[in-house]
Amino acid sequence: MADTLTIAGKTYNSRLLVGTGKYKDFAETRAAIDASGAEIITVAIRRTNIGQNKGEPSLLEVLPPSRFTILPNTAGCYTADDAVRTLRLARELLDGHALVKLEVLGDADSLYPNMAETLVAAKTLVAEGFQVMVYCSDDPIAAKALEDIGCVAVMPLASLIGSGMGILNPWNLQIILDRLKVPVLVDAGIGTASDAAIAMELGCDGVLMNTAIAKARDPVMMAGAMKKAVEAGREAFLAGRMAKKIYQAQASSPSEGIIASRKS
Amino acid sequence: MIAITVNGESRQYPAAPTIAQLVESLDLVGKRIAIERNGEIVPRSRYPEVTVSDGDALEVVVAVGGG
Repeated sequence: MADTLTIAGKTYNSRLLVGTGKYKDFAETRAAIDASGAEIITVAIRRTNIGQNKGEPSLLEVLPPSRFTILPNTAGCYTADDAVRTLRLARELLDGHALVKLEVLGDADSLYPNMAETLVAAKTLVAEGFQVMVYCSDDPIAAKALEDIGCVAVMPLASLIGSGMGILNPWNLQIILDRLKVPVLVDAGIGTASDAAIAMELGCDGVLMNTAIAKARDPVMMAGAMKKAVEAGREAFLAGRMAKKIYQAQASSPSEGIIASRKS
Repeated sequence: MIAITVNGESRQYPAAPTIAQLVESLDLVGKRIAIERNGEIVPRSRYPEVTVSDGDALEVVVAVGGG
């Protein structure tokens, strides 16, 4: 049986979700996303530049919704009200598409999630029929509350958005993974391929990243590395790692039949 | 003359336009956009019939690169 990821009743082959921000141009964006193998890609919703960029292609022409599952986010929103309004606009923009990424930020320096506002927004959005994938802190109680509200996926941070610091608290992630039934994806903080692999080895259902790919020296090559890391981490999780033996070596080669040592 | 705010900028029209006429005046016909008027979504199907009023605040958005 194929190992697939199901979110809100839809099945995906890739467990790597990627953002579309911070690339040099649309060509690099598309090349990196193709190399990542991602099927779900995040976009931001912003005011259009009236009278500017006329005739330039738009992001959704380069990344058509017929080819990718577009996941509109609420980046830059600091209140539940702003986040809800942004996603209502996104749903209209994407012809009624209900799958969204909710994030309500606490402050501009840390971009740490404001969980009180996130919970309020999640309740409203679920009531309005949105399928909410929610960015959150790695607090197991808050994560469970988001599942109880009806979010379709819970996405705790590995570390601060855009920091590339990797998974700072694998133990909290483990508690969240143990307690929740909906898919748990690590979102934010991944820096390099090993970080993604560790997230998957812990048992995460997927990983969402943007800066780790877009700000690598070679984004397209890094996108390929992330694809392999997520696949390798997932397979290692499914395979079940060996037990750790602290300070206790155990030879892999036979202990019998070793040639005689010469007397010196 | 009516004055409305579009994406935070004030604009004046000799007579109240429909949303469809507004979209045309902003050179956005055929673009994938969404519009909020005074905090409420205006569905695309209703652009020809909804007329803006003096003092309205509109937000016109698109999808851009983001995480």
